Amino acid sequence: MAGRTVTRADLAEAVFREIGLSRKESADLVESVLGLIADALARGEPVKISSFGSFSARMKGQRIGRNPKTGEEVPILPRRVLVFRASHVLKDRINGSLAPLEEGEGLEIVLDSERPDGPASS
Amino acid sequence: MTKSELIQLLAEKHADQHLYHRDYQRVVNRIFNEISDALAQGDRVELRGFGAFSVRPRGARVGRNPRTGAAVRVDKKFLPFFKTGKELRERLNRE
Repeated sequence: MAGRTVTRADLAEAVFREIGLSRKESADLVESVLGLIADALARGEPVKISSFGSFSARMKGQRIGRNPKTGEEVPILPRRVLVFRASHVLKDRINGSLAPLEEGEGLEIVLDSERPDGPASS
Repeated sequence: MTKSELIQLLAEKHADQHLYHRDYQRVVNRIFNEISDALAQGDRVELRGFGAFSVRPRGARVGRNPRTGAAVRVDKKFLPFFKTGKELRERLNRE
């Protein structure tokens, strides 16, 4: 399946082809878009991009962690983590193109209602 | 912040480029379409300092209708994931 990794340079190239600006200006626009999103998130403001997804910062409380090497207990301080929720449009787009390629590869699942001897008792 | 607010802020920041408002709109849409297209092809999108988008498979499973408890077949599917980049992660906890 995958192999390619898309980077900033690819996004800048796409913007360059979309709008008649220089490559440098196109790259600056990409940088600004990412920067503006990061600024909003750092302010604690959620970012919603319709038909793509939303980003929001969530607070995580303090918990006890362990140094995996020494086994020593260390408190993990409360912190903000970023959560990305993909929109249905994006999820459908991904499954519309990837899932059909893999058809028949999944597990064969027999539903209770399809068992010849009726529902399994467990 | 919504997408239209993002477009507005981008237009203000790059006012010296004298683009039409719809051009800033096209820039923002192009960027997210490009990321979506890559993910739809199973590619990874890595934006250093910001984060990385990837697609992970989720195997077929038997789910339950929470209301009736009936077994439901859930096909294998792919889900998009985002991992926050180091720089952004640090910023979230500094400011």
